[in-house]
Amino acid sequence: MTRPSNEAEYLARMVPPSVRGVDRRTLLRGALGVGALLGAGGLAACGSSDGGGTGVPTGAVTGTVTVGSNQSDAVPKAAVQAYMDAFQKANSGTTVKINTVDHNSFQENINNYLQGSPDDVFTWFAGYRMQFFAEKGLAGDISDVWANITGMSDALKKASTGADGKQYFVPMTNYPWAVFYRKSVFQEKGYEVPKTLDDLNALGAQMKKDGLDPIAFGDKDGWPAMGTFDQINLRVNGYDFHVSLMAGKEDWTNPKVKKVFDTWAGILPLHQSDSLGRTWQEAAQSLQQKKSGMYVLGSFLAQQFTKGAEQDDLDFFGFPEIDSTIGTDAVEAPIDGYMMSARPKNEPAAKKLLQYISQPEAQLLALKADPSVIATNDKADTSGYTALQKKSAEFVKSAKSITQFMDRDTRPDFASTVMIPAIQSFIKNPKDIDGLCTSIQAQKKSIFGS
Amino acid sequence: MASKRRYRGIDQLSARDKIVVALMVVVPTLLVLWLVWLPAIGSVLLSFTNWDGIGPLSGIKSVGLQNYRDIATIYPPFWPAIQHNLIWLAVMFFIATPLGMLFAILVDRGVAGTRFYQTSIYLPVVLSLALIGFIWQLIYSRDQGLLNAITGGTTDWYGDPDVNLWAALVAATWRHSGYIMLLYLAGLKGVDPSLREAAKIDGASETTTFFRVVFPVMRPINIIVLVVTFIESLRAFDLVWVINKGRNGLELISTLVTQNVVGEASRIGFGSALATIMLAISSVLVFIYLRIAMKED
Repeated sequence: MTRPSNEAEYLARMVPPSVRGVDRRTLLRGALGVGALLGAGGLAACGSSDGGGTGVPTGAVTGTVTVGSNQSDAVPKAAVQAYMDAFQKANSGTTVKINTVDHNSFQENINNYLQGSPDDVFTWFAGYRMQFFAEKGLAGDISDVWANITGMSDALKKASTGADGKQYFVPMTNYPWAVFYRKSVFQEKGYEVPKTLDDLNALGAQMKKDGLDPIAFGDKDGWPAMGTFDQINLRVNGYDFHVSLMAGKEDWTNPKVKKVFDTWAGILPLHQSDSLGRTWQEAAQSLQQKKSGMYVLGSFLAQQFTKGAEQDDLDFFGFPEIDSTIGTDAVEAPIDGYMMSARPKNEPAAKKLLQYISQPEAQLLALKADPSVIATNDKADTSGYTALQKKSAEFVKSAKSITQFMDRDTRPDFASTVMIPAIQSFIKNPKDIDGLCTSIQAQKKSIFGS
Repeated sequence: MASKRRYRGIDQLSARDKIVVALMVVVPTLLVLWLVWLPAIGSVLLSFTNWDGIGPLSGIKSVGLQNYRDIATIYPPFWPAIQHNLIWLAVMFFIATPLGMLFAILVDRGVAGTRFYQTSIYLPVVLSLALIGFIWQLIYSRDQGLLNAITGGTTDWYGDPDVNLWAALVAATWRHSGYIMLLYLAGLKGVDPSLREAAKIDGASETTTFFRVVFPVMRPINIIVLVVTFIESLRAFDLVWVINKGRNGLELISTLVTQNVVGEASRIGFGSALATIMLAISSVLVFIYLRIAMKED
């Protein structure tokens, strides 16, 4: 526990836990022991929660503001430190305390974390899950911060808005999902970027003849193949259908969904075989070693390429057109950013920090560490971008609609306990599409109905 | 020597002793209730709800038996998981444990380089889980693994659902037999050497000596080994979890519970129903085991 810094804070602590509510749930969790039993538990730091003022302070802010960060790898961690330090410098009297938690643990424990004593500000993603936290009252309304934010497109604002029309999220960086390839391989073999599904099939056949695996593929961890489903659904059925399918408003037995799996089954022979035992890193390395020709993945794939010439050799194109009436104007580009907890200890400083994060200076500091992502603020100076970043920025900007990713666009319980096994069983046996869709639909009804 | 004074019940104790005794009874009881029974009963109760882990208890809605119905009918990983758990138990019982005992006997007989073998067989038990996952990934990886590099094959050890359970079982046996070896070795060292000498004088062969003399004498150790094997098989979780989080051919009940309860999914009600099923299966096996153990006494 931190020491109370003033009388009001001290008195707030006198309130018994049963009244405060938060701690009762903590107690309950302990009692039921489900989390404790399985060894997942205390992630949250110590702290108390009480309200503060509202509105973004225009003047100076003081005190300590805590930040929960999932950027646990050395390089991104240093980047977080860099822009937090810059914020501290610009606001003397304010201390930023960063609690870094391992990326996966952070995501897995997010429910417990937010219900315990979360930090004032924490890293998260845009999309359905963000809206879900807002709806459950676990996230703080930051519409007033958004009133002062400039340089963010309407699409980004929409992605930061909860179901109630208020904003709960500040975007920092994003990155596109697309089909990646090595320029040198395409040049050497005289390949053309495919514009349509037929082109893709023809190119795949040619690559096979040349001894390449046309499309690198690894789904040992279960989630990468979700990206391929998203791409095909966006091309076959379009953005609106995809979003409402993800939101549970459409039946999975719908012929439109079956068509997605049918299309996928058609190009599955172009994918690297035995994908269920391969991690995405291994698949990316096969692209890097020029053993496969293309790879449908997010631009974080660049991490498997050495900086410099090798990364410059990496290029991408949007997933080819499948239906000319649908087109290719929907792009998957997950947004990473920050949210404010429901009851921050230092609300003025938290809001000021969130506003700072929306600005180009902070975002460019973040990019320095991870050149596979791009800044969300339009005003960010792109002159320091690598070729890949420049192309990513244009690609995302040209999109008419932007999706996040399957596990961010739908209920996480549905994504992880239904869709991962379902897609893996599709990859094992692409013939039984009817049975697969019926099974998904039955589980979807049970999960979304509850 | 025993005192002549008759024990007059609890009144004989001083006030301080009474408090001490009371504490010695109450504290462990509360601990057991709090740490064992409350979670167990809580899980059973939660299994009839659809709680998502967010919000107060009052917000929990009962859904009756729906979770159980869903598990048995529309949840594809469930039946494979049951099957895999049974296979796991059988392999540990009939292969891993006897192997560990064999190692112990060989090491005990003092083959050359005993200490080296002893250490290397026991090493897997000491290694951290992350390291074990890494070691086997190096061996089993399809594209970059040792096994395929040596044999020139393209078997997808971790990804092919017909193969990966057995691959995981090899890794589990590797670890389990070291543990059993150590337990059994400790027992063998404690066997009175005069028994063996007597058997030798009577003309018994090595094999007969072991099965007729040493093995029966080691009954307490045998029971411990049995129980350990049993518990380890039912709890089987960690190795599979490091490999691929218990999916695609490696489903076990424990991994399904974790997938549903822990993490972002937070299907606490559904996961609790799975945990309750696991509890029921374990209880049946524990009950059978206790019956046998008690009867023999």
